[in-house]
Amino acid sequence: MMLSVETVTRQFGGFKAVDGVSLQLAEREILGIAGTNGAGKSTLFAAIAGQQPADAGRIRFDGHDITRLPPYRRARLGLVRTFQVPREFKSLSVHQNLLAAAANPQGERLLNAFVRTRSLREHEEQLVAKADGILQFLNLTRVRDKLAGGLSGGQKKLVELGRVLMLDPRCILLDEPFAGVNPVLIDEICERVRELHARGIAFIVIEHHLQALKALSQRMIVMDRGSILAEGDPHTVLDDPRVQEAYMGGVA
Amino acid sequence: MTAYLLAIGIVALIYCLLALGLNLQFGLTGLVNFGVVAFFAVGAYTSGLLSLQGVPLPLSFAAAAVLAGLLALPIGLLSLRLRDDYLAIVTLGFSEAVRITIQQESWLTQGVQGLPGLPKLFASWGPVSDAAIFAVLLGAVALVAWGTVRLTGSPFGRLLKAIGDDEAALSALGKDPARFKVQVFMLGAALAGLAGAFYAHFITFITPEQFIPLITFYVWMGLIMGGAGSVRGAIFGSLLLMVFLEGSRFAKDWVPGVSEVGMASLRLAAVGLALILITLYRPHGLWGGGKSQ
Repeated sequence: MMLSVETVTRQFGGFKAVDGVSLQLAEREILGIAGTNGAGKSTLFAAIAGQQPADAGRIRFDGHDITRLPPYRRARLGLVRTFQVPREFKSLSVHQNLLAAAANPQGERLLNAFVRTRSLREHEEQLVAKADGILQFLNLTRVRDKLAGGLSGGQKKLVELGRVLMLDPRCILLDEPFAGVNPVLIDEICERVRELHARGIAFIVIEHHLQALKALSQRMIVMDRGSILAEGDPHTVLDDPRVQEAYMGGVA
Repeated sequence: MTAYLLAIGIVALIYCLLALGLNLQFGLTGLVNFGVVAFFAVGAYTSGLLSLQGVPLPLSFAAAAVLAGLLALPIGLLSLRLRDDYLAIVTLGFSEAVRITIQQESWLTQGVQGLPGLPKLFASWGPVSDAAIFAVLLGAVALVAWGTVRLTGSPFGRLLKAIGDDEAALSALGKDPARFKVQVFMLGAALAGLAGAFYAHFITFITPEQFIPLITFYVWMGLIMGGAGSVRGAIFGSLLLMVFLEGSRFAKDWVPGVSEVGMASLRLAAVGLALILITLYRPHGLWGGGKSQ
């Protein structure tokens, strides 16, 4: 298993936002997570990616125990996330947003702001080309030099996706990639996720837009009040009476 | 009159250096440093004390910058994991701790008596020494301004801005923000230390009372009026502040019926009013360029 989450709990005060959740993600899998507001989906992401470390349980990624690692160490292993509310770097251009995400430990040294050797310049040029390639892939070339703070919600989601792609990740956690995104762009995002999946990247996708999620996922989990309510093939899961009840009247 | 203007110009340029340091910390990276004056004081006393021991000024200046920068390291490590407002309180408290330490440890600093008779920079140049100090400071400000622009355009500067925008998002992208914050905090502190050395060897007499938190807030006022995050803003804002503070001295000739003391209060009121108007109508500062939020 690429990612395995074992009975992870995360509480705030006495409230267990995530309560003993276990899940597994295989290489090149797309797992969908649905659930009503407050079901604990985003907190689960935060526990996996490190923003809200798990209080109990264990998380393994690629054989490493990452339960206690800070977020940046997890990202360097190839496990990255996007956020429900886009968190673009608003005072950087779209292009710079991507460059800021690239692994560039040499170029980012303070002294190297003043001493730019040929090899550093060449490395930066490679990153620029890589970022341009990703912008083209995401259809963002038009807004390359615009400040990210001025983009539409959907474009910001794409910038976030572009940023994590700069890390050559092995697993991407997408937190509501379709929220506040117009339908045309939803199709486009789905298409990009499928292409990335075909290139070997695994995904976990949190989404309220169930039709899009069903179409995208190979397997689905529905969460309710911090726990997993149902798990399995998307059609079966969404037809599950408990799931329909949780969603008050059903969706199928 | 020329001598007076030159003196004002020198003090204004010293404030420019302080503002450029704060601009790296707050303007670019969003670190709320309310302890600018601590690093300024450490720079002034380091260079002052060393020079009294016969250390040549170029060395004592370097030592001032290095020591002020190093002093920022423990503060940075202790507090940079804290939220903005906590950093503000920690640094403000630190600056008072530094001032009181200087005041109390008289075996080293001569306490409240201060350090008189510091060697003046370019003293041997006689009547043109102030002009020389002004020229060197101008060069230093230009160099730091150039360096800041260079830094802003570099991968390191890109990360500073990203930290200022959203630190948690950056850490989700595999970068450790704490490391960059400590570095830029030390860099800004070193600049304040350098400014302190210039101050000590221009004024030639330093006492603990010269390093009160008001100095920190003057630097903040200048930076905010000019535009945080912008080199031009840091420089022109500091100059403008000096024009307000010093220029209003002359206003008493045109404002009848106000005493010398009343005038001093009036000019602080004028600075306050200007600050309010600028934050209302130019929230990004006069030279901040009005970046979209």
